[in-house]
This record gives sequence, structure tokens and C-alpha cells, in this order.
Amino acid sequence: MPDKPKVAFYWCASCGGCEEAVVDLAEDILKVVEAVDIVLWPVAMDFKKADIAARPDKSVAVAFINGAIRTSEQEEWVHMLRRKAQVVVSFGACANSGGIPALANQFKKEDILKFVYEDCPGIDNPQKIRPQTSTVDEGRTLTLPVLHNMVRSLDQVIEVDYYLPGCPPTPKIIMSAVQAILAGKLPARGTVLSPDIALCEECKRKDSKPADLALAEFKRPHQVQIDPEKCLLAQGLVCMGPATRSGCEALCPSGNMPCTGCFGPTSRVKDQGAKFVSSVFSNIVPKEEKDIDAVLDGIPDPIGTFYRYGLSKCILRRKLN
Amino acid sequence: MSFEPKIVAFFCNWCTYTAADLAGVSRLKYAPNVRVIRVMCSGRVDPQFVMDAFAKGADGVLLGGCHPGDCHYAEGNYKTLRRMRMLNRMLKDMGIEDGRFRLEWISGAEGEKVKVTVNDMVAKVRALGPLDMPGKFKEWDKEIEELEAHVNSDAPTEVAHAR
Amino acid sequence: MADNNANKQQPNGLPRIGFYICHCGSNIAGTIDVADVAKYAAGLPGVVVSRDYKYMCSDPGQEMIAQDIREHKLERLVVAACSPNLHEETFRKAAAKGGLNSFFFQMVNIREHASWVHEDKKAATAKAKDLARAAVYRVRFHKALEKQQVPVDPNVLVVGGGIAGIHAALTLANAGKKVTLVERESTIGGHMAAFDKTFPTLDCAACILTPKMSAVKSHPNITLWTYSEVSKVEGYVGNYKVTVKRKPRYVIEDLCVGCMECIDACVFKEPKFADKFNQGLGKRKPVYIDFPQATPKVVMIDPETCIQFKTGKCKKSCAEACDRKAIDFDQKEEVKELQVGAIILATGFKTFDAKKEPHYGYGKYPGVFTALEIERLVNASGPTSGEVVLRDGKHPKAVGIIHCVGSRDEKTNKWCSRVCCMYSLKLAHLIKEHSGAEVYNFYIDIRAAGKAYEEFYDKLLSEGVHFIRGRVAEVTDWAMTPEEEGKLVLRVEDTLAGFVRRVPVDMVVLATGLEPQADAQEVRRRFNIGCGNEGFFQERHPKLAPVNTFTDGIFIAGACQSPKDIPDTVAQAGAAAAEALVLIDAGHVELEPNTSHVVEEECCGCKSCVPLCPYTAITFDEAKKKAVINEVICKGCGVCAAACPSGSIRQNLFEDEEIFSEIEGVLGK
Repeated sequence: MPDKPKVAFYWCASCGGCEEAVVDLAEDILKVVEAVDIVLWPVAMDFKKADIAARPDKSVAVAFINGAIRTSEQEEWVHMLRRKAQVVVSFGACANSGGIPALANQFKKEDILKFVYEDCPGIDNPQKIRPQTSTVDEGRTLTLPVLHNMVRSLDQVIEVDYYLPGCPPTPKIIMSAVQAILAGKLPARGTVLSPDIALCEECKRKDSKPADLALAEFKRPHQVQIDPEKCLLAQGLVCMGPATRSGCEALCPSGNMPCTGCFGPTSRVKDQGAKFVSSVFSNIVPKEEKDIDAVLDGIPDPIGTFYRYGLSKCILRRKLN
Repeated sequence: MSFEPKIVAFFCNWCTYTAADLAGVSRLKYAPNVRVIRVMCSGRVDPQFVMDAFAKGADGVLLGGCHPGDCHYAEGNYKTLRRMRMLNRMLKDMGIEDGRFRLEWISGAEGEKVKVTVNDMVAKVRALGPLDMPGKFKEWDKEIEELEAHVNSDAPTEVAHAR
Repeated sequence: MADNNANKQQPNGLPRIGFYICHCGSNIAGTIDVADVAKYAAGLPGVVVSRDYKYMCSDPGQEMIAQDIREHKLERLVVAACSPNLHEETFRKAAAKGGLNSFFFQMVNIREHASWVHEDKKAATAKAKDLARAAVYRVRFHKALEKQQVPVDPNVLVVGGGIAGIHAALTLANAGKKVTLVERESTIGGHMAAFDKTFPTLDCAACILTPKMSAVKSHPNITLWTYSEVSKVEGYVGNYKVTVKRKPRYVIEDLCVGCMECIDACVFKEPKFADKFNQGLGKRKPVYIDFPQATPKVVMIDPETCIQFKTGKCKKSCAEACDRKAIDFDQKEEVKELQVGAIILATGFKTFDAKKEPHYGYGKYPGVFTALEIERLVNASGPTSGEVVLRDGKHPKAVGIIHCVGSRDEKTNKWCSRVCCMYSLKLAHLIKEHSGAEVYNFYIDIRAAGKAYEEFYDKLLSEGVHFIRGRVAEVTDWAMTPEEEGKLVLRVEDTLAGFVRRVPVDMVVLATGLEPQADAQEVRRRFNIGCGNEGFFQERHPKLAPVNTFTDGIFIAGACQSPKDIPDTVAQAGAAAAEALVLIDAGHVELEPNTSHVVEEECCGCKSCVPLCPYTAITFDEAKKKAVINEVICKGCGVCAAACPSGSIRQNLFEDEEIFSEIEGVLGK
């Protein structure tokens, strides 16, 4: 089948959810499989790196890459895929903006390693052995990838042509992206392949949001009996919907949970967390610093709340230390 | 050479910008480290602007608005205060020291306060030392430069991970 | 003039930018190396013309810009000069003259914000370059904008019925404009109505004021609302909606003819209550009129002292006496709404509370009076019919006038109240004339700057009034010598003679200074204007726009702006009326285009912006489920643009990319 476009899937620092999302296409996946020739998909098929390296440059039509970039191995793979692929699609929140792994950008690498290999309860490592990037065993040098000091989005490492947002991207936006690619009907490079309008647009609770919302208190989902009809922000929950791109059809609010922002911001916004803060906190009730602070105390982890999926794309990129 | 902090200031047109004009008319002398960006109201200042100023190389960011109750637009400064209280927490969590971001209420009649505030902030930021985010970004990205060059060279062989 | 314009080729895509830096004589060029900045700017991307010039704001300067725009096909203009608050409009016009949209222009403030505030020439020049670069980066993103024209309501509101408000109202009314004059007291006239004579001419205040008061009442173009207060102001220049509360006076104004039969008929046979108009020196009944020429000449009932209000059991003889049935014990506060195009604030001043200087014994020694009290005492229609007497009815043989009480004092008010020297001289003359007493003036300096003021001072010197230069330390009744027994002694260092004097007198007059009204802060917030540190209303420019405020369409006149005498007040009131006329006669105003708008297809309808607008310019379109901004109501603060969580609101002239590029510019290399 020489005429079928060649497609690669690759995963970096990710949970596997993006792979699941492809499987979640259900019967639709058969149409995809029929239309393309999958040359790389580590989760499902066995391919060797050398096989990909041996392919001519630009011989792969599309590479879908999910996961953030944390190690030199991931870095190396994505550089190679960039060379081999005509189009690179950043697939899912981790690849787009660091995702959950990027929350590690609040900590030093050394602190993370120390915790994981020494201090974490349940670790039994009296010699404090840490993985080494290079070790000699029976005369052979074995290597492991380097753990980078920070978690990066895919586009902070290689050029990216399109983005599919979401943790993970929903079957609907995956299918429409795949169809667009196969049909050659692609928008301008750099586009996020999901509607460029915020989530409230497609939220069923939209009409229940009062026009004069002024919050005096923030609550976390476990602290309240969530009304299944009413706007979640109006219930004092941090719902990132207004600052988050739509396309998921408001899955979380439909499941009675506030939006946590996995689709990232609209194209007009550089920093999703900053912009959300600018909007929601402008109109909280108190006017005095002390009372304002009392309201803000309802959000004990602002970075984790406002940058749950996007700390790599925060304008400041990581915590300084 | 001693370190000269770069301070980006966002001043509201009606109070703090006017106060800075008054400081000029009154020929008050203050440190030349501040670059003022005029906005109509401190409420126009998006936390993104503050972060962006740091990211582009500011050692400090000063935000000036009308005193509470005195906003030309009724309550813009309260909106500023609220969102900037949260921004302050976020900056702290991101490791930006206290004192690098400052919110001050300076009325159109307080030219003297512009002088005092700027001088004080310059002194404090000078004591904190350079923030130099652009330099830090470069430093951070050094770890991915080497490999990029290697992979993109014409004869990519096995990559030596250990560095 | 350096020329950095060697037929530069424009790289693709960038608009062609002209950069101009002003020397402002030596104001800028003395500190900033303008030629160096011009040379630097010439190298910035997009800049095709870069020049420095002696005075950019001059006609040749503007003409040069206009000509360059045409010749070099400039698409953007940057001028580095003074504050945009001063000359932004000038250069916008210069741009338009050259055929460029006025808003393809950005101004760089290197005078107020650089050359005037820095001494280090190198640092100031570096700063000017940074600011210039920011403007060059920013101006690329500027868009062509048009000022929106909105019609101006031709009606005017004047707040405050003192001489300033009266004069402003009459001027406008005589020019054919409809004016509503709102006064919170029961009569217009203000402080001036309480004065006896006016300095330096000694013409009687009532004689010159009351005809103007009557003219206000009878003028077909003036609606007079006394005993009323403005409670709310909405809208914008040319289109203000004002809410006025008309307090109940318990007398129907349209029915009362001012015959005062009701006052005679009151169950209180004698006046019993302190009379505010006479500074408490006279008495009035619960039903009263402030003074015979009060305008409107309508009585009122004080519910605090009226038996009917206190017990509900009065026989209401006043109401019986009124054959026009004007008395209405059930009258309620009325709330009125007005539409006006301009507002003149002439809310006046209050005098310094003499009790705040306890060492002068006001309130402690009955022989100590304030100047306003003396105004009433020397007034022929005052409580003593012009007789200068002490509170016990005795005639003073010696009177001491202490100048600068609550003025020129670090501990109270730093400013000079401007009128006290002159009114003290006037009162000295009148006291001497009415009582023959010896009069001593205790002064720091005599400030008699004004037409015929110094001559008036000379006249007083020749009349035998004593002048002692020194700030009085205290007023005491503690006698050291038999001559001081029963007297008030002023202890003062005579700074001309060089020793401490003790001057025994019978009466002390405190020349209290002028202060902002107690509620000046609330009032100026209501009208959205500024105050200086001392609390007087802030004019737009101390020299060039003394009656304008930072809020277009709101003007100030009289002592609410700063202490001033009657001639200056009247002049300023006339100026404010003229400014209002300019606005009205133009028929329309051009609104700054720095308003915000929602990009409909980008808006998700989250309503985050709706409650943020203090002017309710943002509404939610229930049919489209989108937010909409009424750009006529929008005042351009940009708070919504900053807050829109999906970046779907743009503020003209302050768009995100304009500000981001400015940030990049000030920090770039």
C-alpha cells in the first residue's frame, strides 16, 4: 500500500491517556487505520528506533506526539520525528503545555530525585542509590536518559505544526483533526485544532451564570454538594471554563465537576492562569486587603489550580530557585 | 559596574501618571531606572503584563493607581487590588522575591510620592540583585541545545546521553 | 537639526515610521542628547525618518511633520517630547494635517518623565532611547480610529448658590441656556450674603448681591432648587443624568409668598433658637426665614425645634395663619432627575474651626469671636443692627484681630487663605467706625495683592488702626497688671520691635482661614473629579485650564477650587460659564476612541466582564448569548479588556499587543 500516508504516534512524558483516547475512537479508528499506514506506535506495535532513523527525511506524513519533554531520550525522539515528518501534531495537554508533569517545574530536580529515591515513605534505599546516566557493567557501558531540570512542552523543543488540546483530546476533536489532515484541509500552521472560543459557549450551565457574579468565598469540590444544574463558578468553585478553550463539549461540568483547564487558553491569551486570575478575582466581594486575602485563602495552591495543565507555558516557565 | 535595576512601571493616566508629570513639573529628582507605560486605569493592567515584563527582563514591576475610593473610573483600582493580591501569591510561589512587584496608590497631587516610591523601589531591587529572566531562560535551555545540534547534524549516530 | 534620513529602504511588512524628538529649548536637550536619540531611533526597525527639532509643538515643527508624512509616505508617527497630557492632541492634529489618521501616533514623554527628573545625562539619554524604542515597537500595532461624535445636551447644572454659582448661572441663562441651580441651604447667597461690606471698596455686600439673587429667582431660564442636594451623577460629557434630592422644608414653595405671617403666628411668642445665618448670635423661631432677602423668599420649618414635629400636639397656628395653605407638615423628600450637558461645581468653602486652636480661647472666653460672627455684628441687618457689642451687651474699648488662624500653619493648614488679610483690614475699619474702639491687627505679613488693596491698607494705617507684626502665642484672661484685670490679654512677640508684648483687649477677632467643605471628598467622588492634597477641587491645569477638571463637562468655580476673594470668584465663575458655553455651542463632543469592544465571534458569553463596568456599558445580549459594550457609555478604563478570560475584549489604543510590544520595547536592546 504505497499510496497511504504514513503516520507515526509517539509518547513522551505522559500517562498513556492520550493513547487511550485514540482507542476511544472505537469503530472510527478502523477508518483511520484503513486510510493510513502506521509506521510507529510504541504502545501498540513493535518498532525499532533504527527503523525510523533509517527512513528518509519528510517521509512520514504526520507524527502525533503526546507527552511533555522531560528526558534526553524524549528530546532525541522528537527531534528525529520532526526530521522524518512533514507535519507534527502536538497531541494533548502534556505535549501542548507540559500538562500534569509540568507541575514538577515548581521543584528542583535534586529535590525530586531525593524525595523519590530517599525520602518517599516506603522507599528502602539505605545506600541512597540513584539511577546513573552511564554505568559500566562487565565491560559494557550502559546508558540511561538524562532527566532534564525542567519539563517542557513539545514546542519548546521542536517546531510544532498543529495542536490537539485536552487531557486527553476527545474523540470528536481527534476525528475532525484526522479527517482534516487526510483531506489536506489544514488551517494555518500553529493552529490549535479546536474552537477558538471559551468553554462556557458549549456548557449547559451557561444560562445559570448570574450577570453580577461576585464571590465572597471559594470552595473545593469535596467541600460542597454540587448543584448539577447551576454554573459552577456561581457555586464558588474554581471552574476554569471561561479561560479555557472549548471543544470538549464541557465534559467535566457535564459530569458535575468544574473545568480544570486542560484545553488551554484561547489564541488571544498568552498565560491561561494569569488571565483567569485577572477575570475571576477582579470582582470578588471584599475591598480591604485583609478580607481579600481571606477569600484568596480558599485557594491553597494557586499554581496547581490555575496551571494544572500548563505550567510549562506560564510566562515565567518555572519556579526560580 | 554596579547593578542598575530595570523597573517597568504601569501608571494610570489620571492619578499616578499625572503625579509623575507633576514630579517633572516640580523638577523633583529621582532614580532613572523606571520606564513608565501609560494605561488609562490600573484596572487595565493584566497580570500577564506583569509576568511578561519580568520575562522580558524587568528586575521589578511597579503598578501605580489612584487611591482607594479615588479611581477616575469609580472602582477600577479595587479590581486591580484584588487581582494583584492573587498575582502576588502566584509570583511568590514561582520564586519571585517580595519587593520585585509593587502596587502603590499615588494620587495626581503626589509628585513627591512618585519620587519616594521609585527611589525606594530601586534601592530595594538593587539589594535583591538582578532577576534576569531572559538570562535564566537561556541558562535553562542550555540543557536542550547540545542534543538538538547533535540530532540535527547530518550523521546522527548513537546519542551519548551521559553528560 | 540632525538629519538621519538617507533614503532608507523599508523592510517588508513594517509600516513606515517617522520619529521626532523635541529639544523643548533646553528643557529636554539640556539633559538628554537629543541628536543621539534621533540617530538611535533612525536605526530602529520601520523608522524611515528621524529628526530632532527645537520646538516640535511650534507651527514649523508641526508643519515639518505634516510635510514628512506626505513626502516620505509615513504610516506611523512617534513624537518624543513632553507629557501626552499636554501635547498629544497637538501632534494628533499634525498627523491629520499630513493626511495620516490621528491615532497612528504615539507620544513619548521624555520631559516630565526624564529630562526634568534626572540629572545624569547618560542615564536620561538611555531612558529616552528605551522609551522611544517602546513607542516605535508599539505604534506598528496602532489602528486607524475615529472619534465618535455625540450630541451635547444644552442644559447646565450649577451646584452651589453662592456668588460663584449665582454668577455662573446668570451668565449662562443670559446666553439663553437653561440652567438648574441647586443649593443645599434654604437660600442662595452663600457666604457673601452674610457679609456686611466688601473690601476694598466698602460697598455693601447685600446691595451688590441681592439684585443678582433676585435675578436668579426671576430669570425665565433658571430653575432654582434650594434646600436640595445632588445625590447621584451618571453619564458622560454632554450627557449627564443627575439625581437631586429636594429636602422637605414643610412649606410648599409655589404657594408661599414670603409674607411671614406664619412666623408671627408661631406658638413661640419669642425667637428662641440659635440662628445659623447669624452665626448663632441671633435667635429664630421653629418657623423662620434666614434673612429678609432670602431667595427664594420662602419660610421653612425646622422639625428639630417645631412642637408639631416633636410632640404632634401643636395647635398649628402657623398653618392657620397662612391663607394660601402653604404649610405642609407631611411634606416628603422629593427625588428629581435632570439631564444636562455640563455641570459647574461652585460648592464654596467652610471656615476653619477656631476651636482647633485652643490657645486662642474660642468657645472658652466669651470675648473671642470669629470673623464671620463679626461680619454679622457689624451688619446693619444683623442681630445687633450693626452695633458692635460683646456677648454680655457691653461695648468693647479695645479689639484685637488675630490674622492667619488656621492658615500658613504647619499644624493646621499650610496654605494662605488669601482673603483674611483684606477682610481683617475691612473689619478693623468697620469695628472702629461702628464702636470707636482701639483696634489692633496681629499679622505675619500683610498680603494686599489685588487692585486697590494696598491702597486700602494705606488707608487703614492712616486711620489709626494698630498693626503688630507677630503670631499671637495665646489669648488669656490671666492678668499680670491691674490694667489687665477683666481683659483678654494677647501675648505676642512683636517681631519688628523685638520684644514680647501683652496687649489687653475686650474683644478678640479670629481671622479664620478658608478650608474645603467638610464633604468635599464625597462631593468630588460623586462628580468624579480630583482633589489636591489639601482637599480643594483639582483643576485640569493650574494655569491653562483653571476651571476645567479631569472629567470633561465638569467645571469648577470659586473657593471650592482654592481660597479666593469675590472678584476672583466672579471671574472664575464667568470663565466656567464660558467653558460650558463652548461645550454646548459646539453642539457635540468628540469622545476619545479608547473604548473597549467585545469581538462577538470570540465571546463565549461567560459574563465575567458584565459586573466589572462601573458605567453599566456592558450588557448581556440574551438572544445572542454574548456580552455587548455600548461604546458611547464606555469611558475607556480597559478593566474589562484586562479581565476577559478568553481575551475577547479589545481596548482601542491599549490593545494587548500594543502593551506587550511596549513592554518589549522598554526592556529591549
